[in-house]
Amino acid sequence: MTSRLAAITLNTFREAIRDRVLYNLILFVLLLVASAPLFGAISIDIERLVLVNLSLTSISLFGVIIAIFIGTGLVSKEIEKKTLYTILSRPVRRWEFILGKYFGLLLTLVVNTGLMTLGFYAALLITTHKLTPADARLLVAVYFIILQFLIVTAITLLFSSFSTPIFSAVFSFALFVIGTFAEDLRSFAAMTPGPAGWLATVAGYAVPNFASLNVISQVAHDQPVSGSLIAFNTLYALLYSAAVTAGAVLIFERRNLK
Amino acid sequence: MNRSATTVAAVLMVTLFVGSIFALRKVESLRGKEASLEEILYLPSGKVLKRLSLGYSGLLANIYWTRAVQYFGSKRKERATRYDLLAPLLDITTDLDPKLIVAYETGSIFLSQKVPEGAGQPEKAVALVEKGIRENPDNWRLYFTLGFIHYLDRKDFKSAQQAFQKGSEVPGAHPWMKVMAARMAEQGNTTAVALELWNAIYQANKDQMLRETALKHIVSLRATLEMEELSRRIEAYRQKTGVLPSAWGDLVRAGLLRSVPRDPTGSPYRLMTNGVVGVEDPGKFPFLAENTQLK
Repeated sequence: MTSRLAAITLNTFREAIRDRVLYNLILFVLLLVASAPLFGAISIDIERLVLVNLSLTSISLFGVIIAIFIGTGLVSKEIEKKTLYTILSRPVRRWEFILGKYFGLLLTLVVNTGLMTLGFYAALLITTHKLTPADARLLVAVYFIILQFLIVTAITLLFSSFSTPIFSAVFSFALFVIGTFAEDLRSFAAMTPGPAGWLATVAGYAVPNFASLNVISQVAHDQPVSGSLIAFNTLYALLYSAAVTAGAVLIFERRNLK
Repeated sequence: MNRSATTVAAVLMVTLFVGSIFALRKVESLRGKEASLEEILYLPSGKVLKRLSLGYSGLLANIYWTRAVQYFGSKRKERATRYDLLAPLLDITTDLDPKLIVAYETGSIFLSQKVPEGAGQPEKAVALVEKGIRENPDNWRLYFTLGFIHYLDRKDFKSAQQAFQKGSEVPGAHPWMKVMAARMAEQGNTTAVALELWNAIYQANKDQMLRETALKHIVSLRATLEMEELSRRIEAYRQKTGVLPSAWGDLVRAGLLRSVPRDPTGSPYRLMTNGVVGVEDPGKFPFLAENTQLK
């Protein structure tokens, strides 16, 4: 089982690389390294702040876009090219296929994020001329971004297990946007009495919570992130993404592929 | 189709999802402690946000208005003494949507009310309503709100009169605005005028928090009016008999009252030995002391 899962994971990763996904890194590095000296010219004392905000936001958005665009095609492409039948005719279970795709895309995103983070620290070094212990705190934000990818990847895979790539992309992106407002939704629910309030509460917990996974502004201002928040955010991201992936498996297991 | 895999997936999905809700609730309570951080991290400019909203500024304004209401509600619940973010949030909301009348009307009353009922910033409230009037000169209700704040929170009767007067000149304005302008000029600071203004606020607003505040004012003002009347009758009794009444029954027997007087919450008024009238539970009349400044 493990070897089959690993094979699908690595193939998904290789396919993403072959799709020239990592080209975005060039764009990212160009954006940062080329614009870093500009920050010094157009702002006073906030070069580091702008660089941190711009870099971490780009890492997050590039990752989400890659997750959505690759993730939505993961299943449908295999069906379209009829390669899925070859895979499933071998001793590969459907849930192994879905899990393999999930881990493959996640691996792509983690590698991509790792490389972008290296580029980010290089740009930081160029701008501030030295790295301080406070800069290590920025890694918490990067870690939270990876937790976001855990959820986004699961969501795109869920939609891609039953819908067309275009609609999956639209649904996933919409859910990502709604998820960034999840806390507003729950506050709204807390203030609304009656059935509308219950509905808002259900919706507030059903949609993914991306707001608490975004600590970019916080770390940019050198504010600490508590260990328990890191622990519970990790737990939340793991549980939520696992639940959504289980949903994707459920749909895919019942899907008629004839 | 693999039945056992389907069942396992379904059970896992439900269990993990329920688990994620518990984890999220814990995250929320942890973030609650760190929420003060967010107070510094809000975007300070509505104009920048408007450009970033790619034309969807109406929706963003609604979100910011909801945030302002939530911020005010949560601060008031914890009896906070500082409402630092309220004015910037309202400013951002009205920058994003200058036609959002409710943000000027209700928001300015949130701002102008004394702490802890409100932010205690009547000057910022006036600035907000004046911004609303600049953007919506045809809305007479904003003039009413402006006059209301000048009158009750700033005690600036001249500005209040001017606001009511200008508002009454707007086409479609309620005729009552002219009456209010005249009252300001004639009487200035009286309990009856204050009561009339709070009644108008209570009837015209749907916001629950604002209506609760208005109701507390109305109840306190009514009690003030009734206590003034009772004091007059006690004085009449003293002049008639030469002594102060020891109980309400004395006034009833003297034909000065029909029965034991009750306050707006239904409890009987207290009659002190020195002839002063009080309420049974002052906690139910939070603005009673404030009303003693009124004529």
